Amino acid sequence: MSETRDARTDDAPASTAKNAHARDEATDALVSPKGAHVVGRAVTINKPAAELYAYFRDFAKLATFMENVERVDVLDGARSHWVVKAPAGKTVEWDARVTEEREDELIAWTSEDGADVANSGRIEFRDVGARGTVVTATIAYDPPAGTIGKLVAKLLQREPAIQARRDLRRFKQLMETGEIATAARTRKQLDEEKA
Amino acid sequence: MRALTWHGKHDVRVETVDDPEILNPRDAIIKVTSTAICGSDLHLYDGYIPTMQSGDILGHEFMGEVVEAGAKSTLKKGQRVVVPFTIACGSCYHCGKHQYSACDNGLPADNQDIAQELYGQPMSGLFGYSHMTGGYAGGQAEYVRVPFSDVGPIVIPDGIEDDKVLFLSDILPTGWMAAENAQIEPGDIVAVWGAGPVGLFAVQSAFLMGADRVICIDHFPHRLELAKKFGAETINFEESQTYEALMEMTGGIGPDACIDSVGLEAHGFFVDNVIDQIKASTFLGTDRIHSVRQAILACRKGGRVSMPAVYGGFVDKFPLGAFMEKGLTLKTGQTHVQHYMPALLNAIVEGKIDSDFLISHRLPLEQAAQGYKMFHDNQNEVTKVVLKPGLAVAAE
Repeated sequence: MSETRDARTDDAPASTAKNAHARDEATDALVSPKGAHVVGRAVTINKPAAELYAYFRDFAKLATFMENVERVDVLDGARSHWVVKAPAGKTVEWDARVTEEREDELIAWTSEDGADVANSGRIEFRDVGARGTVVTATIAYDPPAGTIGKLVAKLLQREPAIQARRDLRRFKQLMETGEIATAARTRKQLDEEKA
Repeated sequence: MRALTWHGKHDVRVETVDDPEILNPRDAIIKVTSTAICGSDLHLYDGYIPTMQSGDILGHEFMGEVVEAGAKSTLKKGQRVVVPFTIACGSCYHCGKHQYSACDNGLPADNQDIAQELYGQPMSGLFGYSHMTGGYAGGQAEYVRVPFSDVGPIVIPDGIEDDKVLFLSDILPTGWMAAENAQIEPGDIVAVWGAGPVGLFAVQSAFLMGADRVICIDHFPHRLELAKKFGAETINFEESQTYEALMEMTGGIGPDACIDSVGLEAHGFFVDNVIDQIKASTFLGTDRIHSVRQAILACRKGGRVSMPAVYGGFVDKFPLGAFMEKGLTLKTGQTHVQHYMPALLNAIVEGKIDSDFLISHRLPLEQAAQGYKMFHDNQNEVTKVVLKPGLAVAAE
């Protein structure tokens, strides 16, 4: 018998449920369309929500801290084109559309038909006073079929939760310190890290 | 440039590597004029610290001259600076509370995973101290890339020689924070385990904070002599029974505050220590904790235990019962160096703290490997080795 969300007796976020089914159900409820794989992560950033929202909403800038994103081209106010690194020097692409947005609070998006990787997600910004803003990202995606699908699945399934966590850490570093921390000693080492 | 690189247990070499470059706007490049070998570098030398990679440049106690500053660095070319061993951003929540060693952003995002797994949350970065602490190249080199150079390095006024201020980088603030964590009250009797650099600075700090008596415990006669010079009473644990001696010297009460500045390579041929050593070498436990165990037993009821010593993993036979029943307070942590530097620089300038007494050997960087071996093999005489990249190699 699977535990349902309603049966839970505590205040912990649904994304932390021990029951994997309950966990997926809860995070799935946040995004549309649903994906096969869902990732949810929160990080506190010591900056006002408005500043974080503004940076994130300018999708062209996302590649600065999202490691796998090669570039995002803004097509119009709601639509953007994503080029994402895949294994073996390949890339996967899709058009995305903003499905919901509330200034300084929330951005939700979904990929449009024909995407190499169907995905949807939402990022929320919640003011927590002196500590800054809690940023919560929820991302759902469906690895495609076929050869490229296998490559993409390999990339995304490597550790999607870890990838999301690292991207959020880089976003935090960039917003709080104005740069992304690196232990590289030389430009060459830095380029190798980013490759 | 030339740099001291790690290649395995007891294998460090001075090699030629690529010069560092400015990579981020807040970076600065420092030309190193003095850099010390730290007792905790011996943990790396002895192979106790995981996530080391062949070729890593060691060294986290260093100072030098600014030769290049990034667009957002506040440093200027030609300034002399001492660099804190903790790499902290100055802008996150923890830095805002001056808890610099708990900085959220000092570690590269990918390096944060290991610390998050092991400790629950990632800590600040450290120079030259394994990949778990960021994998940053250290200061036992001719040049170093210093991130967040607008927050960390402290500018040294002209006329104060390197040797006076070098230890602001780590061991002086660490000894001071150890005493501060011991919450010393006027009239206190303070016991300090380990008459190494941190212990000796803790002795000086404890007196400055109002301690009535300080008792220092070690087994190296020369180091105990140094402790005596600063007014401490001493216990040589090879000649005397430490717990019994402490109880007698405090009239059966126990010290009000106990400072463990020994850490994970505690010496002493005691049964529990030998067991710890076997466990450490068979990876059943990583840390040897004889000194903190003894500190908890000796400490007076309701007293305070401060632990500046480096521990990295897990321990067995921690006397949790004694700790709880006696109502002790334990405070610890990597040093918030940036927080303590300005006041301690003043204390040095005003002559309240003696810092360069510690240096027993000065060597050219080229002879760094010899320095490690000397420090490792003869800790009685060799209290501190300072490497000077500018020093000429003496003719054989």
